[in-house]
Amino acid sequence: MEGMAVRLQGLRKTFGETVAVAGIDLAVHDGEFFSMLGPSGSGKTTVLRLIAGFETPTEGRIELAGQDVTRLAPFERDVHTVFQDYALFPHMTVEQNVAYALKIRKVPKAERLRQAREALAQVRLEGYGTRRPAQLSGGQRQRVALARALVGRPRVLLLDEPLGALDAQLRERMQLELKALQREVGITFVFVTHDQQEALAMSDRIAVFRQGRLEQVGTPADIYERPATSFVASFVGTSNLLRGEAARRVLGTDGVHSVRPEKIRVLKESAADDEPGQVTATGTVAETVYLGDATRFLVDLDAGGRLTALQQNLTTSAEDVAAFRGARVRLAWHRRHTVQVPDAR
Amino acid sequence: MTATAPAPPAAPAARERPRGTLGRLAGALHRRPRLRLALLLTAPLLWLAVLYLGSLAVLFVSAFWTTNSFTSQVVKVWSTDNLRAVLTTPVYREVIVRSVGVALAVTVLCAVIGFPLAFFTARVAPRRWRPLLVVAVLTPLWASYLVKVYAWRLILSEGGLADWMLRPFGLDGPGYGLPAAVLTLTYLWLPYMILPVHTALAQLPAGLLEASADLGARPARTFRSVVLPLVLPSVGAGSVFTFSLSLGDYITVQIVGGKTQLIGNLVYSNIELNLPMAAALGLVPVVVIVLYLLALRRTGALSSL
Repeated sequence: MEGMAVRLQGLRKTFGETVAVAGIDLAVHDGEFFSMLGPSGSGKTTVLRLIAGFETPTEGRIELAGQDVTRLAPFERDVHTVFQDYALFPHMTVEQNVAYALKIRKVPKAERLRQAREALAQVRLEGYGTRRPAQLSGGQRQRVALARALVGRPRVLLLDEPLGALDAQLRERMQLELKALQREVGITFVFVTHDQQEALAMSDRIAVFRQGRLEQVGTPADIYERPATSFVASFVGTSNLLRGEAARRVLGTDGVHSVRPEKIRVLKESAADDEPGQVTATGTVAETVYLGDATRFLVDLDAGGRLTALQQNLTTSAEDVAAFRGARVRLAWHRRHTVQVPDAR
Repeated sequence: MTATAPAPPAAPAARERPRGTLGRLAGALHRRPRLRLALLLTAPLLWLAVLYLGSLAVLFVSAFWTTNSFTSQVVKVWSTDNLRAVLTTPVYREVIVRSVGVALAVTVLCAVIGFPLAFFTARVAPRRWRPLLVVAVLTPLWASYLVKVYAWRLILSEGGLADWMLRPFGLDGPGYGLPAAVLTLTYLWLPYMILPVHTALAQLPAGLLEASADLGARPARTFRSVVLPLVLPSVGAGSVFTFSLSLGDYITVQIVGGKTQLIGNLVYSNIELNLPMAAALGLVPVVVIVLYLLALRRTGALSSL
């Protein structure tokens, strides 16, 4: 099929009694940055390993660029993987690591070296070619793993939580670099992560996994603004759900509703709700969390339940924020920011 | 503890650390790391210096003494005659070359037999069988050395098991002699090769093998480019045992070696009559093993011991 890099049909994988992947249908487009997001044990890494060929599916079919590869060995598939622990060969130099795939394809030595150096330059590691992996920092190793997987120009690049071991600052920088690199080389990236921020920041589309099943597949905006289930609403972003009695009294309807913390404004209790389409609810501030650039207000509603509201610290500072604890407030947000989600319980 | 209980009046005192004699001693030692180290290491270091290095030194020195040829008494007169004799007498040179040859042959055989076995116990066998297989490899080490060698003497005897098993193929067993000695020594020292290789193979991260396959390598290629280079140092480590144990052995050769003589037999036969000569001969395996270790060190094998 034209335009499909990866296609999964009825994919199932069980390990003895444990069901790791419980029937998944998924299509990744050519040139897409596709993320598989979910908590640990949700099956996302198993799906990645099934695509790479390290595991054989119990049921179902895997296609790469229209070709059925379900029964093919890893070395027969046109995909390369960036492993979570990088899996660099410790007895080879950085250059030898990067050139490994080319050496297997019997690319002549001079050409092999040229391409390896080029790939190292692409991940900004010029001049590190003769070092051993043990002499590199975590971030540098991560780049070598990336260069090694990219150098063979695979059809699809699989990335298994590649930024998981890096510290927060390096991680943010690598997110930008990875995204830029993907645009530059135009290879399909399938990216596994448990970090929703990371998935939202980098992906063209995201698949949210839960207990071996797909909860939702869509663009970051779809996932964040229009969560299909209460699980997606709470796993991506802060859990902010109105249900039952609270939903009836605040919104006037039944069911479970999600509203994002940054959409909610914190007002004085006496403030009038004059704007049309506005939803308001009064409550007491139970806790404030000062985050530097913003403050998180945890508000117990008079209608029952608790909502989190995120406010930019435009004029307030830490001292002002502390004084809010126990204060009476009115929360206000626009009705269109409320999304009804199916009740999972 | 309940919420209503009054605060105990002695609460502040409870924060004081209990300091008995032992506590004070521990504190004092904590502040003096050198004293701590000295107390810890004095006894083992004495043992090493006096008993181990001391006996080596005595061996070295006595190689330069001479013997009264009538009384077999050691005469403490300095001479390099013994060492010269060891290096120039054709019989001695022949035996030295043969001994090193036997040690190398045993080492190569142990590596060739041991590697596939270790590969099986570490990576092929079902996971729950692996510890059991390792125990099975180690079990022969619990049996007496002599019992095992005499068992081989029976196996290799005329009309024995070896003969009986080879007869259908129109062959005879090796009988007693040099091949029998190499065979028996290989059997004896095989576990010392399997164990380090097994450990290295078991510790080989699965991710590296997956990464190799992922980058397009077939299993044979992965074995050659990833497994072998990473596990070879452990074969070197195992060879330290098989090589030095074979070089020092003289009992196996006596029992299954027929008329074959190795360096150990020469040392043994000289001990009563000419102790300095025995010492000079005894220096040969020491020197050979030091050379072997130096050669191995260049390959990095010693760090995996």
